[in-house]
Amino acid sequence: MSDIRADFTGQAGTGDAGFGDYVQLLKPRVMSLVVFTAMVGLLVAPVGLHPIETLAAIIFIALGGGASGALNMWWDADIDAVMRRTAKRPVPSGAVQAGEALALGLGLSGISVVMLGLATNLLAAGLLAFTIFFYAVIYTMWLKRATPQNIVIGGAAGAFPPMIGWAAATGSISLESVLMFALIFMWTPPHFWALALFMNDDYDKAKVPMLTVTHGRRATRAHILVYTVALVPVALGTAFTAIGGPIYLAVSLVLNALFLLGAWRIWRRDEDTARADHYAVEKSVFKLSLAWLFLHFTAILIEATPWAHALARLIGWEG
Amino acid sequence: MALHREHDLHRRRWGRNLGLGLTLGAFIMLVFGLTIAKVQNGSQMQGFDHSYQPELDSSTQTPRATP
Repeated sequence: MSDIRADFTGQAGTGDAGFGDYVQLLKPRVMSLVVFTAMVGLLVAPVGLHPIETLAAIIFIALGGGASGALNMWWDADIDAVMRRTAKRPVPSGAVQAGEALALGLGLSGISVVMLGLATNLLAAGLLAFTIFFYAVIYTMWLKRATPQNIVIGGAAGAFPPMIGWAAATGSISLESVLMFALIFMWTPPHFWALALFMNDDYDKAKVPMLTVTHGRRATRAHILVYTVALVPVALGTAFTAIGGPIYLAVSLVLNALFLLGAWRIWRRDEDTARADHYAVEKSVFKLSLAWLFLHFTAILIEATPWAHALARLIGWEG
Repeated sequence: MALHREHDLHRRRWGRNLGLGLTLGAFIMLVFGLTIAKVQNGSQMQGFDHSYQPELDSSTQTPRATP
């Protein structure tokens, strides 16, 4: 998930960080998505864990996500410094030394992976280790500065948490966990490109090859529409699996109709119109995309409750 | 420049130490809770607890002869 907030503790340049600066290194807003989707993956799995094991698993998955955020901030300090959106992050603002961010990232990576392995199982720990590696090395160090497809492939890192949650509970990977992965993976490109459309100057200044920079805004608008169209069957198809159901289908139909409409409106607009209203449509689609993801996973969670099962039986749903 | 007792630096360091202390405390509580949860679910461990009890270890039990 994108982290568009840039207000920190105001200790820039002191070199003596407060606790909040270290918390900001873990990208707490991104962590909130990790916590939520991992929790859904854990709770909808057919095998239940002890509540304390569930709590521990969610905490250590979140900690792993935070660790990769710290490694990202360590490596990307140079480009963060020139982007308006990220210039006040703890490393470019001078509140935290780059080496501290690296140490925190590596330390928390080790702790989170080992502890998740001890609390649940080795598959979940292995997936978490791979996710940290994927985000910090494959995405941050390689793809981000190398290809305009950076967020398409890099989106996988953000898509792993529900799969890790499911693996923590069941010790396996299944169709349902792959579908939850696919939901986030397919959602990431239109979500990020909508952001890039109204943050283009930032990426241009930082020489990050976002699609808007390398292929232009017209192509980015077309890409948003294409990827949103590709997302819809994945989202709707999930309704007919063990984690879906009638409530999920109803929610998904509405959200995907709105998302498609938004993507269509973005595609129809030209730059002059967008600039004239300060990218109002792009910003509204970006916000809608956040709600899209949150509500899809909320619907998956609701479908796991006995009331949803009773409703499905009542209407003769055979997903 | 001498640091005043109430300097912002002290406040930040206090906050940092407090935050770290609370985090470590929470971590200890979590590991303790995990230990309790694991032990509660660990009936199989009895076969190897303190003194070996072969009658609790399913891997050493020979199949009973059938008539």
